[in-house]
Amino acid sequence: MVKKKKAFLALADGTVFEGVSVGAQGEAVGEVVFNTSLTGYEEILTDPSYKGQMVVMTYPHIGNYGTNDEDIESKRPWVEGFIVKEACPYPSNWRCKETIGEYLKRADVVAIGDIDTRALTCHIRSEGAMMGVISTSVDLDRLVEKARSAHGLVGFDLVKEVTCEKPYKWNEGLWTIEHGYAETAPVTSGEEKKLRVIAYDYGIKFNILRNLSNVGCDVTVVPASTSAEDVLEMKPDGVFLSNGPGDPEGVDYAVKNVKKLIGVLPIFGICLGHQILSLALGGRTFKLKFGHHGGNHPVKDLKSGKVEITVQNHGFAVDIDSLEGVAELTHLNLNDRTVEGIRHKEFPVFSVQYHPEASPGPRDSVYLFKKFVEIME
Amino acid sequence: MPKRDDIKKILIIGSGPIVIGQACEFDYSGTQACKALKEEGYQVVLVNSNPATIMTDPVLADSTYIEPLVPEILESIIKRESPDALLPTIGGQTALNLAVRLEENGVLERYGVEMIGARYHAIKKAEDREMFKDAMKKIGLLVPHSGYARSFQDAARISETMDFPIIIRPSFTLGGTGGSIAYNKEEFEEYVRIGLDSSPYSEVLLEQSLIGWKEFELEVMRDTKDNVVIICSIENLDPMGIHTGDSITVAPAQTLTDKEYQIMRDAAIAIIREIGVDTGGSNIQFALNPDDGRMMIIEMNPRVSRSSALASKATGFPIAKIAAKLAVGYTLDEIPNDITKETPASFEPTIDYVVVKMPRFTFEKFPSANHVLTTQMKSVGEVMTIGRTFKESLHKAFRSLEIESYGFESKLSDTDVYGPDKDNGSEDISNEGALNIVREKLRTPNWERTWYIGDALRLGISIDEIYELTYIDRWFINNIMEIIEFENIIRLKDSHENRDEVLSGLLKRAKKLGFSDKRIALLCGMKEDEIREIRKNMGVVPVFKRVDTCAAEFEAFTPYLYSTYESPFYRAGKSGNTSETDGILECEAAPTDRKKVIILGSGPNRIGQGIEFDYCCVHASFALKEEGVESIMVNCNPETVSTDYDTSDRLYFEPLTLEEVLNIVEKEEPFGVILQFGGQTPLKLAVPLERYGVKILGTSPDSIDRAEDRERFDRLLEKLALKRPESGMARSFEEAEKISDRIGYPVMVRPSYVLGGRAMEIVHDRETLVKYMKHAVKASPEHPVLIDKFIEGAIEIDVDAISDGKDVVIGGVMEHIEEAGIHSGDSACSLPPYSIKTDLVEEISKQTKAIARELSVKGLINIQFAISGGEVYILEVNPRASRTIPFVSKAIGLPLAKLATRVMLGKTLKELGIVKEVIPSYVAVKEAVFPFIKFPGVDTLLGPEMKSTGEVMGIGVSFGKAFAKSQIAAGNVLPVKGRVFISVRDEDKKAILDIARKFCRFGFEIVATKGTARFLEDNMIASEFVNKVGEGRPDIVDRIKNGEIAMIINTPLGPQSHKASYSIRRTALVYNVPYFTTIAGARAATYATASLIEEDLDVKPLQEYHKMGSGLHS
Repeated sequence: MVKKKKAFLALADGTVFEGVSVGAQGEAVGEVVFNTSLTGYEEILTDPSYKGQMVVMTYPHIGNYGTNDEDIESKRPWVEGFIVKEACPYPSNWRCKETIGEYLKRADVVAIGDIDTRALTCHIRSEGAMMGVISTSVDLDRLVEKARSAHGLVGFDLVKEVTCEKPYKWNEGLWTIEHGYAETAPVTSGEEKKLRVIAYDYGIKFNILRNLSNVGCDVTVVPASTSAEDVLEMKPDGVFLSNGPGDPEGVDYAVKNVKKLIGVLPIFGICLGHQILSLALGGRTFKLKFGHHGGNHPVKDLKSGKVEITVQNHGFAVDIDSLEGVAELTHLNLNDRTVEGIRHKEFPVFSVQYHPEASPGPRDSVYLFKKFVEIME
Repeated sequence: MPKRDDIKKILIIGSGPIVIGQACEFDYSGTQACKALKEEGYQVVLVNSNPATIMTDPVLADSTYIEPLVPEILESIIKRESPDALLPTIGGQTALNLAVRLEENGVLERYGVEMIGARYHAIKKAEDREMFKDAMKKIGLLVPHSGYARSFQDAARISETMDFPIIIRPSFTLGGTGGSIAYNKEEFEEYVRIGLDSSPYSEVLLEQSLIGWKEFELEVMRDTKDNVVIICSIENLDPMGIHTGDSITVAPAQTLTDKEYQIMRDAAIAIIREIGVDTGGSNIQFALNPDDGRMMIIEMNPRVSRSSALASKATGFPIAKIAAKLAVGYTLDEIPNDITKETPASFEPTIDYVVVKMPRFTFEKFPSANHVLTTQMKSVGEVMTIGRTFKESLHKAFRSLEIESYGFESKLSDTDVYGPDKDNGSEDISNEGALNIVREKLRTPNWERTWYIGDALRLGISIDEIYELTYIDRWFINNIMEIIEFENIIRLKDSHENRDEVLSGLLKRAKKLGFSDKRIALLCGMKEDEIREIRKNMGVVPVFKRVDTCAAEFEAFTPYLYSTYESPFYRAGKSGNTSETDGILECEAAPTDRKKVIILGSGPNRIGQGIEFDYCCVHASFALKEEGVESIMVNCNPETVSTDYDTSDRLYFEPLTLEEVLNIVEKEEPFGVILQFGGQTPLKLAVPLERYGVKILGTSPDSIDRAEDRERFDRLLEKLALKRPESGMARSFEEAEKISDRIGYPVMVRPSYVLGGRAMEIVHDRETLVKYMKHAVKASPEHPVLIDKFIEGAIEIDVDAISDGKDVVIGGVMEHIEEAGIHSGDSACSLPPYSIKTDLVEEISKQTKAIARELSVKGLINIQFAISGGEVYILEVNPRASRTIPFVSKAIGLPLAKLATRVMLGKTLKELGIVKEVIPSYVAVKEAVFPFIKFPGVDTLLGPEMKSTGEVMGIGVSFGKAFAKSQIAAGNVLPVKGRVFISVRDEDKKAILDIARKFCRFGFEIVATKGTARFLEDNMIASEFVNKVGEGRPDIVDRIKNGEIAMIINTPLGPQSHKASYSIRRTALVYNVPYFTTIAGARAATYATASLIEEDLDVKPLQEYHKMGSGLHS
């Protein structure tokens, strides 16, 4: 048996977990959050919304089906660190290309395994998400100090770290077992005119783009700092505000631009996009104790009364009272009664806190992409 | 939507007796449903023929009918009760089929009963193969190609659209006779011919084989608002081709990417909508091609199932309870999650542990049955375990099975491994013979296959080859590989000098891999308690984690716990110096400081130890609660009510081994432990637990030993001047021979300390004794063999009594219908006795009391007596809860197990108001139910070894009526006209006359074999002559097959005649003709037939019977 290298996770409150290194060696700092999804670790690793965070997976066996080059949500992993109970060295799946360990090493993601992830999760649940350091160094006091002095996410702009550098066109549809990702035909002139959508990239997940393509949108992705004027110049049929990492109050430039678009174009926002929209509408956001990260939260559509099982990944939430008179609550989280969706009272503008694009997680809410198409038509 | 108020009274149908494929999971679901509906204020009417269930406890429903589950009886109940609705989805396939019949014959419409949960059309669509196929096609899902062929041409045409291999299943043959797999055209043609020939209707089902595909299951729930959630995903370790009930299964699914899982999830949601299950749970099975991810739908069960019970226990989400609430109109978001309290049930549970379910087989009871696992279920029970990793859970599952497995023991003997010439310990283990054995065991599915994978890995067979032989996913094999590799590391430490020190370094890792102390001890040549001590000294102790439905995202308020070994974490001290603090192991047990008692459950169901013991454990738990004592349940059987987190104050889902029980005891520090309710499982732990200083409540282990140890037992009887058949205990063959010669043949032989009559046999001569002692049981000083004089033709009596150490009150005296020599669990019995005289009954009561007093029994005691020639003999004394406790409790209307628990806590019977025996003014008959139909080639003849899986109860004002009901409930529908076939041995000829005359008088015709016919004629009874098998055709078997025989009375001679009459019994079984192999049984049948002819079978709820009053008797 190969002796594995020791690794430690030190939290800002002085709690230290000892485990083994299961990814790249070195040191990483980030806010420690837990994700309760049973499947989809590759999608989670590559979700730009995790910039600035280290994810602990609550399911103990991670890496069972390895990694592949399809199940990605962006071009590379963004998590600052990865925390598991057991990283599987012998994956089994017809699409598997690499083990989770190989993947993490290649992508230079620091990861720790063989710790009591449930104890860690309970700790975060009761004490709140906090900064942590994963390291292969044994100087624990230094690690705790480092975690303690690390700045958190509040007020910071993490979007600029993950957004694209320049605009690009998106041409990929949804995945099927038989054919992999669909190629969407480029817009040809004439009868089949597609709806033009500008997607603000605050850290967008590919599956949002794939879903927009799938419902017939011609999508152009633009950097987060793109001005409202530039967007309007492109004469789109609608604007999409993407998910992304960190605190919405850290991206004031985005809020400013969105303000100018409300009432001018149909808008659909997801997650950070939903929070930015809320701020643009004059609302407030606040930090949740440990956020929502998983694929099993029930959300009620207040209009139909139906419950959707949703994918969640956010540490901040919108205060609905702050939007009184401007927007109405459309979706409610049944676990903690937080805001999950709003709609502008006058304009074709709506957003959800959760992730209808799924990936990973249930696809109960994909209908929202069609709804976006409806309000653009 | 709130609950419906247009319905007030709801009928729930249970699943009847425990049979293979339908076990106590439906008691769990039925109990939950009853509780949930009563809680909502509905009146609940319950029907079930199985008295051993918790659901038939009179407190759980407003009206409880213990009546046969047949349409006519159901109609009578519906007529009497006029329920508004029928909930058919809780009682397994039995209830679903009955509901369909009631709809089809117009009963539901006639009495205005609405089906809730699943409606008729949805059930039909899910159950009818063709309709289901069409439905799947409609929503774009794939099903395996299949088609029915009634001719060779048909078959050829259907096969054109299929890929080989093709499975050919003849229709209407039981046990899969004539079925085969064709890999090419030539084989196909041959097998179709054979198949058409062996089917009575010349019909075969052709089905595309999915050999090598992986199997998955999803548990789905839907409400009236069309909200759908997936409760649990399950991956079968065994691939397609092995019944899911016989497969090792794992939750959650392990080897699916999110993309694949979501495709499966979407399919499940589409299916439940398309089939149209209005509300409640469904189980959907999928096959997945491991090479390209292609998915096919295998089947859907539009009801709660074995898997849903498992899913409920695996996640903490109570599917049946929620299903019941959804059926009356609630939506998922209106129902709170019991465990988190704050969040609603409209979510998908997520878990942070791995659940393994493993089936329990009892092939040792049916040596002549085919042991290969196929698409027909053969297991009789199951265990479930929870651990943080698959390796830990699998290890725990092994020891939960109670088959003396504590890890990956080798299934190979030294000769297998090393060859005959090699010295033991040789390094060369690549012996061809061993490799061949292992390869064969991997190729052919069998229940020991997981252990053989361990052997294969030890022999150096590659993971890829193991996969090719088994189609078990490499992920599972690799996990096993990790265990086997670590075994070698532990083993190597054997030679080290500083063994303890090295060992202690390894223990941490070993325990995380799930190794038991016992296995570690074996691997390094030490004793279990030594390992335990070293381990505890170095702080390698388990922690307990909670099952909370949400992977710790929300706080859990329900102490539903499992043990695991985890890594510690550290907290920086005030100085900020982390390295100096001790590690903290997070344990969520949080024991209270209340007075508490631990109840040890009975583990997996098996023949001889089933639901009856779970019933007693659950009652113990209820009684503790009522006494204000905290109840703590330990058990590992996912099917049961005892492992419902709702049943006890705290639930530990753990194997019932000394190691695990001690861990819990050390954590909880209970006032005492109750182990007299769980059958042999906990009883085995009595002495070791006491040695560790654990207080055993109730009858002392010493008293138990006085009853179990034959020599001490003899002294006890001597002291009380009570009689028992002459006997002796043999520690060698020579002793056995000597004893048998002394007491005279026939003798009853058996190993000591067994339950269910395991390896018990009646031996008629010396030759058979030699065979028994040489092959069946090897006697040794530690494992003596008991030899008793077998009293032929005796009436057997079972007595259950309760005692507080001073006073003893008889619970019930039961007269067996089959004579002594047939295992009491397999014999029908009547309470009160129907043929023996009062003075004998009184004598039996007197003796029972004397024994109970002498043993200072605190709790329950069961004694078996034999009556022969007006003398009473004691056969066996069991100072614990017996299999008949639930039956007796229901017959007399007193909850004996509950009362016994209170006695164990120190109450006297007087204080509890129990001073007199209750003798009902009606008759209750218990009848056993057998699994023979599932085991082609197995003789149905009964003997001292128990074979039944379940029981039913019939109640009536007369013995005849009660017996008739018990027969109908057990599936032996007694005829009221037709031909009775009689063939009896000479000793029985005189006795048969009266029976034959009665049947003539009832209007039956008699058919008899030569000897019997002549004897009947001599006694003026007309009969038609029929050939015995081998005397010429048509013979009796032909006539049974032609449907010309309505009932069979055939008492076989000795073992020789057993073979001759085997074909009659087997044919009768397959053609469902009632048969009796004893005069006593035949006589009982005459009473029943009379009752069936003379009057209607009326129905009455238990609650009314209990009010009918009783003849009180001191």
